[in-house]
Amino acid sequence: MRYIEPHGHMVSRTTDDYVDMATAGCACVCEPAFWAGFDRSSADGFYDYFCQLTEHEPKRAAKFGIPHFCWLCINPKESEDVKLAQDVISLIPKFINRPNVLGIGEIGLNKNSRNELKVLEMHIEVAAQHDQLVLVHTPHLEDKLKGTRLIIDALKGDKRIRPERVIIDHVEEHTIQLVLDAGFWAGMTLYPESKCTPARAIDMLEVYGNERIWMNSACDWGVSVPLAVPRTALEMKRRGHTAELVDKVVYQNPLKFLSQTEKFKLG
Amino acid sequence: MTRQKLLDLYFMEARAKVIDLAAFMDRIERAPGEEDFRMRAFRDALKELERGNADRAKRVLLSLSDPTDKPIPAATTKAASGAWPEK
Ligand SMILES: [Zn+2]
Repeated sequence: MRYIEPHGHMVSRTTDDYVDMATAGCACVCEPAFWAGFDRSSADGFYDYFCQLTEHEPKRAAKFGIPHFCWLCINPKESEDVKLAQDVISLIPKFINRPNVLGIGEIGLNKNSRNELKVLEMHIEVAAQHDQLVLVHTPHLEDKLKGTRLIIDALKGDKRIRPERVIIDHVEEHTIQLVLDAGFWAGMTLYPESKCTPARAIDMLEVYGNERIWMNSACDWGVSVPLAVPRTALEMKRRGHTAELVDKVVYQNPLKFLSQTEKFKLG
Repeated sequence: MTRQKLLDLYFMEARAKVIDLAAFMDRIERAPGEEDFRMRAFRDALKELERGNADRAKRVLLSLSDPTDKPIPAATTKAASGAWPEK
């Protein structure tokens, strides 16, 4: 089996995880910029984090034969402080041309506040100016539906943003149709406790089709499973899906989306 | 995949989950003190299981969601509770 992990916060994971992913057939990992689990005290913390994502983590991944790509932003959990967000966003152009940077992400909303929305719009502006791919995080639990709607409105409100170059992540049964109907790509996140289980992800593939859709583990410092994608591939086989369809969903689809930036090349 | 095959694959898991739900509700009921909006939302969500149209997962998620459409003035927490407090 071969698969792409399109969303993994590898700076939070161990070398054992890299070994397991390589063993399971991971062809590359893509790491969106994310909340550290605590608020960083200044833009300098983000400068260091962007260096980690663009210089150090790719080297660590390479030791296990896994190409590493990343996305840059200040995540929505730290977007209530608009001044901090402005400072961090002003750092992005310094890093955007680095070879492993795929685009802007994971931007989006967390509690659906006015400031979060303002910062989302600032990120959309940077993405449009620099013609970048966009990866969007949708809020958790009771906030997801409203947040997904607000995000779609914000993205649709900027005519420079082409929906086929945007992936809206963490969709569930109540948001997937909204995302696909608006022309965006949809990401399904496989978590043990929230978001979506392998069985539900496969249900969604069966109901909503397998175009413009990918699966990811979104493994980070919390309860999450770095091998969630290959395990879901196994579950697809148990459900009677062909090896071709499994390959399409876990490899060809992310390859198709990510290849929209010339920086995404698998050796 | 046929219904029979899906039952073979998932029935035991679903059976275990429904017993877990029952035990959870019993546990809450036995405990002293008041429940809160989460338990009311939970009971509302359970009603969706009885309505069959092969979209129960979607309807349960919708019943647990904030249905409003305006951004809130400010985020005072980063966390979500799993149910909409104002329901
Ligand atoms: Zn993430």
